[in-house]
Order: sequence, then C-alpha cells, then structure tokens
Amino acid sequence: MNLKTKAKIMDEDGVRRAIRRIAHEIVEKNNGVENLALIGVRRRGVPIAQRIAEEIKQFEGVEVPVGILDITLYRDDLSSLSHQPVVHQTEINFPITGKKLVLVDDVLYTGRTVRAALDALMDLGRPMLVQLAVLIDRGHREIPVRADYVGKNVPTSKKEVIHVHLADIDGDDAVYIMEKEDE
Amino acid sequence: MKRKHLLGLQELSAEEINTILDTARPMRDIIMRDIKKVPTLRGKTVATLFYEPSTRTRSSFELAAKFLSADTLSLNVAVSSVQKGESLIDTVRTIEAMGVEILVVRHQQSGVPQFIAAHTKMSVINAGDGFHEHPTQALLDLYTIKQKFYKIKDLRVAIIGDIFHSRVARSNIWGLLKLGAEVTVCGPPSLIPVEISKLGVRVETNLDRTLAWADVINVLRIQKERQDKGYLTGFDEYRDWYGITREKLNQLQNKKILILHPGPINRGVEIDDYVAESPQAMVNEQVTNGVAVRMAVLYLLAGGSDNGVTI
Repeated sequence: MNLKTKAKIMDEDGVRRAIRRIAHEIVEKNNGVENLALIGVRRRGVPIAQRIAEEIKQFEGVEVPVGILDITLYRDDLSSLSHQPVVHQTEINFPITGKKLVLVDDVLYTGRTVRAALDALMDLGRPMLVQLAVLIDRGHREIPVRADYVGKNVPTSKKEVIHVHLADIDGDDAVYIMEKEDE
Repeated sequence: MKRKHLLGLQELSAEEINTILDTARPMRDIIMRDIKKVPTLRGKTVATLFYEPSTRTRSSFELAAKFLSADTLSLNVAVSSVQKGESLIDTVRTIEAMGVEILVVRHQQSGVPQFIAAHTKMSVINAGDGFHEHPTQALLDLYTIKQKFYKIKDLRVAIIGDIFHSRVARSNIWGLLKLGAEVTVCGPPSLIPVEISKLGVRVETNLDRTLAWADVINVLRIQKERQDKGYLTGFDEYRDWYGITREKLNQLQNKKILILHPGPINRGVEIDDYVAESPQAMVNEQVTNGVAVRMAVLYLLAGGSDNGVTI
C-alpha cells in the first residue's frame, strides 16, 4: 500500500507541548506522583512515556518509574495477520501491584491494543488503577475504551493512517495524516 | 518465519534459528512470572504423538503449549490403536480430523516426521526421529550457550559421547555450524560415524585434549538401551576414558567450561555427581530453556497467514 502525506498535524513544538501538558495533567489528576508509574506500550509508547517522566522530573523533582510493555502475545488477531509480529521483551523492573499506572501509547484507534495491554498488565500484578495517555486519539473505537489524557484529537477516515514520528526512533518529532495513493 | 513445519535444523537458515532464539527470550520471561500464561494460542490445539517413551520432552512441549493457552492432547501410542493395527497415517488423519492444528511427533524411525508432514494439513514438529534430528533440543542448547556467552559465533563447542546414535548431536552440529561455532565431536571411535567430518566438524578421541580446547561441552547421554551391539566394552571403561569427572575438570585449573547435558543423566557414567552439581553444569537451566524454546517454536509456526509454505 502506497501512502502519501495528506497533512502534517503536529510539528516538533506541537509534540513537545502535548507531552508537557499530559505530564501536568497526570500529576494534577493524581494529586502528585506518589505511587505513580508509567508503562509505555512498544514501540512508540515507550519514548513518549520516557518523555512524560522527564517532564515530571523537571517540575516535580521526582523520577517516576517507566516500564516497557510488549503486547504481541496478547493480540487477538495472530492468525489473521499477514506477517507474524516479532515478540519483544516486556521490561517492567518494579512491582505493579498497588501502583497507579499510566499506560502510554502513541495512537488510540480501535482500542484493541489497549485491551491487550490491560490483559498483559493484569497478568503481571494487580495495580491500584490504570489510566490511559495517548498522543493522538483518531476515533473509530471497536471496544469501549476512553483515554484519560489526549495530546490531540484527530478525526480521521478509516482510509487514512496516522504516522507518529519520534526523534528517538524516527529522527524527528512530527505527526502526519497519510492517505492511500490512487492506483 | 514462513514455515509450516519444524523438522530439523539442517534445513533452517541461520536467520531462522536466530528468530527462534530471539523469540524464546520473552517466552522465558513468562515462565519466570507468577502467572505463567498468555492468551496467544487460545483456541488452538497441540497434540503430542510419541512412539518412543519420553517424559521430559513431552511434558516440556505440553507445558509450552499450555503457557500459550493452547489446548493439548497427549496420545499414548503404546496402548492405543497402533496395538490394534492402525497405520501411522491413519492415526495422523484421525488426529487431524479431531481439529488439531499442531502435531508434535517422536518416532524411533528417522524420517517419520517428514513423511507425516507430507500427508497432513497440520503443522508438524519433530520431537526426535531415530538417529536423525532432535531440533528443539539443539535449539535449547544453542539458547543456553547464548544466554551465557551472549554469542555463538567463534565459540568452541565439543560434543562428547555416543555420536553415532545421537540425534541430539546431529541437530547440534547443524545449528552450531550455521551460527558460526567451531565444533569437535569426541568419543570412542566405535561411536563416531565414519563420515561425520564431512559435516565440517573436527573428530577427536582424546578427552583431555578436547576439554583443553573447548569453551562448551555438550555431554551426551550414553543410551544404555542401544548398547547391545558391542559398541562399548563396558560402562566403567567408558567412564574412565570419556566420563566428565571432578579430576578432569580440576586439570583445567581456572578454565570454566560450560557443561550441557540433554538429560536424563547416567550419573557416574558420562558425568559424575560432582560435575552434575557444579555451577558450570546447565542441566536444570536447559530444562527451563527447553520450555521457552518450544513456546517460541509453537508461536512461530502457529501465527501469521503466510503459513502454508512447506519445506
């Protein structure tokens, strides 16, 4: 499938402001950072979670632990995928039982990734609560899932694709709407 | 991995072997957790069909399937319809008709898993065929070596014992050479196949020289059940010449070689108690890694609609 860029909806500043705002909202909603931990969903949820943690450290002076969650083994579409997803390690080096967890991902779409991530988390322990932070919410939910923190709401058509670029992985910070090129 | 079956390491590429080893690592994390279960293969069924007795390989496959939420079916062939004269292929077709997707087969004849794979829609995993291959054992050995050395390439690995009757040795040789290790086989001349050096391994009959050379030794089990044709003069003599003893290890002074053994151990024959209990011996680690590697193989064969490309 060939994709062409339809619009750049966030630039470097936009991404930075959105992440900073999410960081502030997380601290405000949880009355501080006590007992708080961030869980980034592989792959682009991880650098976003790390940046939220850096922001929180800047203005609260506290290092919030960040874990990495790989949800490949929890997907419900293994046999319908054309290519088998590579399984990576989940790296959560702290007990999650009793913690206030913020699950972090780049794009919220059908909600199935979040469901898989919640299943994966529940197998690792019993958190006190789980909240959800996403950089982009593009709608089209197939499961009753709602994000607690959203960087930007972007109404999209199902033919469109959201590409989030993050410097740590892609070399730059930006968010694009892509659409299928006419054949 | 675009493969429907795992029949041996001879036909796998280095890349495919590495994919299995890389996938086994997160699988091992699951085994270490309190809740040893992920929903990945929910709704799939894995059957084990063993024509030879085996406790550890069979239970390892069954646990691997269960940790991935597959249902399991264990066919005890010795007391089943085979006794009533049912042919191998009829047994396989019956299992297939029950809705099983993955069949794990062990058979005393070399080539049976390949034969079954050609006659079924199920994915077939070779759990040991005759003197031919035992791919998942070799994969767990490779994984264990990589876990300790973080690499396989350029390592010196010696396979010691009854090479002639060992499918574990053959699969190990294929896997180790593909990943760039140097391999020596060492054992009594009567138990080393004449043409083995054509595979690209060194042949050595002197254990002291082999131990001085090796970073890793994979000590094979002396298969007492297969020694009725006079290949060995006696188990005591075997121990004197090829047994890994405390004295032999002490001769190596500070060199700590890694010791693998596929189990079950004939203590006091191929390995002494002291050696089996030493921190260099990876026997229990290998058992854990065996479950992880088999989880990886089940995952890689079961997922993705690209499946259907047979070897």
